[in-house]
This record gives sequence, C-alpha cells and structure tokens, in this order.
Amino acid sequence: MTETNSTELIRLSAAQLAAKLAAREVTAVEVTQAHLDRIAAVDGGERGVNAFLHVNTEEALAVAAEVDAIRAAGGQAAEELHELAGVPIAVKDLIVTIGQPTTAGSKILEGWHSPYDATVVKKLRAAKMPILGKTNLDEFAMGSSTEHSAFGPTRNPWDLDRIPGGSGGGSAAAVAAFEAPLALGTDTGGSIRQPGAVTGTVGVKPTYGGVSRYGAIAMASSLDQIGPVSRTVLDSALLQQVIGGHDPHDSTSLPDPLGDLVAAARLGNVDGMKIGIIKELHGEGYQAGVENRFNESLELLKEAGAEIVEVSCPNFQYALGAYYLIMPSEASSNLAKFDGVRYGLRVLPEEPPLTIERVMGATRAAGFGDEVKRRIILGTYALSAGYYDAYYGSAQKVRTLIQHDFDAAFEKADVLISPTAPTTAFKLGEKLDDPLAMYLNDVATIPANMAGVPGLSLPGGLADEDGLPVGIQLLAPAREDARLYRVGAVLESLLEAKWGGPLLDKAPELASPVVEHVETFETQEAK
Amino acid sequence: MAAINRDDVAHLARLAHIEMSAEELDRMAGELAVIVDAVKSVSEAAGDGVPATSHPIPLSNVFREDVVGHTFTAEQALSGAPDSDADRFKVPAILDED
Repeated sequence: MTETNSTELIRLSAAQLAAKLAAREVTAVEVTQAHLDRIAAVDGGERGVNAFLHVNTEEALAVAAEVDAIRAAGGQAAEELHELAGVPIAVKDLIVTIGQPTTAGSKILEGWHSPYDATVVKKLRAAKMPILGKTNLDEFAMGSSTEHSAFGPTRNPWDLDRIPGGSGGGSAAAVAAFEAPLALGTDTGGSIRQPGAVTGTVGVKPTYGGVSRYGAIAMASSLDQIGPVSRTVLDSALLQQVIGGHDPHDSTSLPDPLGDLVAAARLGNVDGMKIGIIKELHGEGYQAGVENRFNESLELLKEAGAEIVEVSCPNFQYALGAYYLIMPSEASSNLAKFDGVRYGLRVLPEEPPLTIERVMGATRAAGFGDEVKRRIILGTYALSAGYYDAYYGSAQKVRTLIQHDFDAAFEKADVLISPTAPTTAFKLGEKLDDPLAMYLNDVATIPANMAGVPGLSLPGGLADEDGLPVGIQLLAPAREDARLYRVGAVLESLLEAKWGGPLLDKAPELASPVVEHVETFETQEAK
Repeated sequence: MAAINRDDVAHLARLAHIEMSAEELDRMAGELAVIVDAVKSVSEAAGDGVPATSHPIPLSNVFREDVVGHTFTAEQALSGAPDSDADRFKVPAILDED
C-alpha cells in the first residue's frame, strides 16, 4: 500500500502525515510503528537521546489500528475522524495519563499512576492521536536543562554532550530527533520555548487560560501553561487547535475560543504589520551568533513588507527577580501535597519517634532533588511573615508594571520579537552548580508568563561560532495567539527558502545504539 | 532586607517538612543567599501606588451549577497511596508519643 519507508515517514510533519493518512497512502499503524522503531533506535543506551521516560507501545498501536479500521470501513465514522487522527504524539511527563505512569521527573512520584486523564490528554484521545509515551523533564518542571530530572538528563540531538533545554527538554528532543512529530509541553517561565530554541524546533506558550491546565501537575499556577511542540509552525497551530478551548475543570480557563489558528498559520502574509523589537531583550548578554540570526530574521520580515519598530519595556529588568519570587512561592504551596500520605513515595525516619511529621520530613528529603528543595525553601521564605510584603508583594507589583510595559509596546506594534534564549545549548553539567546562571536562560521568555501573553519560538538558524540552533521568539497580546502563527509561518517559510529546507535537515544523523546492540547480540548468539 | 542565613534555612526546612543534613543546610544557605541577593532589587522596583497582580488574565466570579460532578471511588482515590486500610489513607501517629 505504501511506497514511503519508515525513515521517510518519521521526517514528515504532522500536517503531511495527516494528508497521507487521509489519502490512505499510509496506515496509522505504519506511522506509529515507524516512530516507535525510531525511539527504540535512538532513545536508549548510554549515548541515547533519553527523551522518553515511558514508551506506550501497546496502547499507541491499538489506537492507530482503531483509526485504520475506521478509515477502512469508510462511511460517516471515517468522515468524522479528526484531521490529526492517527498522527502520533508524545506527552510531557508532568501531564497525567490513565494507563501510563506519571513521574513529573521526580522520585517522589516514581511508579505512580494517575486515576484520571488531563483534559488535554482526553482531547488527544478524542482526536484518536496515538500517545507514544511520556517525555523527560526537569523535576516538577524546575529547570532549564532537563538535568534536574531524577531519571537522568535528556541529550540534545544536535550534540549529545549538550543540554536540550528545559524543563521540557524531553518533548523538544523527541521532536528534534524525529521520535515524534508532535509533543505536549508546559511553560511556566520558558519551558516550551527555550527547549524549542536550543533544539531547532517550534514551541508555543498559548495565552494563559487558552489551554486547560487540568491534569498538569502544578508548579506555579498563575504562570503554568500547556502548549504544543512541533517541527513546523503549522503543526503547532494544528495541535493548539486540538488541545485549546474552555474547560470547566480549570477555573482560569478562558471562556471564549482563540480564533482559527490554523487559518492564521496558512495565511502567509505580514504586509503592513508592525513588528516591535524589544530594546531590553537583545544586545548585551546575548551571544553574537544569536544576535546575528535575530538581525537576519528582522531583515527577512522587513523584505516581506513588515514594518520594524523599536519598543522599550524598562520593567523587564525586574522580571527575572520577580519571577524567582512568585514561582517558588506558588511552587512551595503546590508541592505541599507530596507528603507521603496520599500518593507516591513514603520514607520512614531512621530513628523513632515515628510521627507523621517526621515521615513527611523524611519522605520529602528523599523524594525531592536539590532544585526542588531550593525553590520550596525560597518560596517558603518569600511567603513568611515579615518578608511577604517585601518579596511576594513587591513581585506582584512588578507583575503589574510588566503588563503595563506590554500594553504600551502593543500600542506601537502588532507583534513583538526577540531571541528566545540568550545563548545556544550549553554543555551538560556546565551550569549545574550555579543555579543563578541557569536561571538567566529564561530572561527573554519569563515576561510573557508574568503577563499571560502568548509566545512562540521558531528556529532562526545556526549560530556562526558553534553551529547550534538559535530560537526566534514572537510575542502577541493576550488572546491574539493567531498573530504568532501568522507571523511565525511567514518567517519560517522565508528562512527555509534561504536554507533550502528545514533547519533540522542540517542536524547530524543519530547513531542507533539499541538496534546495533541487538544485532551484535544476535550475531553472537548465532555463533 | 536581611540576608538569608543557615538558621533561617533550618527553620524554613522545618516549616516545609524537608529534613536536611548539616552539609545540606550549609550548601543551601550559601546558594539561597546568592539568589536572594539577586532578586532583592524587586522590592525597590514598584512604588506604593502600583496595584498587585495575582493572576495575569483576571476572570471574576467563575461559577458552576451546584450539581454533583465526577468523583473518584474510594478505590481510585487510594490507588496510589503508600498505605491504606478499610477505604482510608493510613498514616503513622499524628501526635508525638510524649
């Protein structure tokens, strides 16, 4: 039935796969199996990508087979299939799923199974998208490198000795390594966009409330947002359209839909649009190669008819500081529920008395990693009597100032633009002992979370000095996610025309450690 | 604003129910002092007249109908519990013996 082999299948975008599935040129089982084979080939082993914490083989293939059976039978059921039915997806392991473990990258939840599905997972199931598995992340999404995962770091497919970004490094690396065409991420201060930037993939943080957070294990509830990860702008639009919309289970969920994002991605026109460079989010502190690619994107948008203007957001200088007060404060409260009583790990203290308080202390000491402990202590400090006004209270005021900066900027521009991250991917271990240096990775992504506005990161090319991917970030006013897709799709097509194809075509081929190992093993057995 | 010291961290760890070794307290106090120092400018950034923002996109009065929705069975609710007994979570003594 098919002329496309599995190596070609895994390189197709979700939109291309959807078209081939609809035309019955390939089956959903073939597509799903091709990705499972790729995961088996590149994810495991000492030098594997380690994007997946759990692979959901049986269920993914069963969903794919169901889609194929519906298509083969034809009729109304086939016509009613969702556009993305049969297109597989990976899910960040912060998002709860029935039938698969959810760890949040933490020992405290190792082996735990959720008794319910997150709303976004329900929506994937309704669309009959096979879930390939759960992806690695910094513990409870706290980090910018995936090195804070209790289950080992994910490696960047561009250079296996480098970080894939974080916290959603697993989702970004899975998509960059062609292990999945799509993935779900969560973004509290940049955890979708920064991994997108350093792996040469697309990641979108929707408007706060645009996608239900029900079933995403909360870090900082006023900042967290689930969003799409993909290789193309159109694919992210398709996925956000699936997962978005009002959810009565999330009281912060926006009541009205965000418009036709897919149509926006297909519009392909920025003529007459005003695009604002944020003065404070480039230049000093940004790697030269990042700055070069950023300027190149500005030139391309100008040639395409956009007007480039400069805007100033003076209060962004306080955004990182305010974020590192608000986020830990909310996290310290949200993570109080991991106490060894209702789910997950329970550790008994080594010496009596065996009281519940001491069990909690021992459980949380053994179950949480260093970064989680740091943030809980910092948050407890910022919220404690005598410090609350100076820390948490002041940070909330800064949040208002940041919103005012955005309001003023969007008076002058339809969309704002900046580099997504100040540098390309750094080496594994390089910043692990310096929490503050790690936090600086998110300097350009945090303002969007503070104000609730949507942000998209797309590949902007490779830095001259190290040949690693650079991300370009677009920001739009709240509820105007469609603008990101409109401008993002245009910039993507201009850049790809310049490169002669997708940026990921330039990524090195990954070795196949597991498959090679199995062959060697069989050869030895045969002897 | 006062810097954070080792005694503060020990007190906060007790409040947060995280046991910490002496070595961990030393290390954590050093790291947190650097972070607190880096974020303290926030307290001078905004004047008294600036209102606080607790949620980025305010929605007020989010109500739902007062009807029973989805609930977990006791079995589902206890499915991930480290210990349970007769449809209840089981925990060690809540009060100290002495």
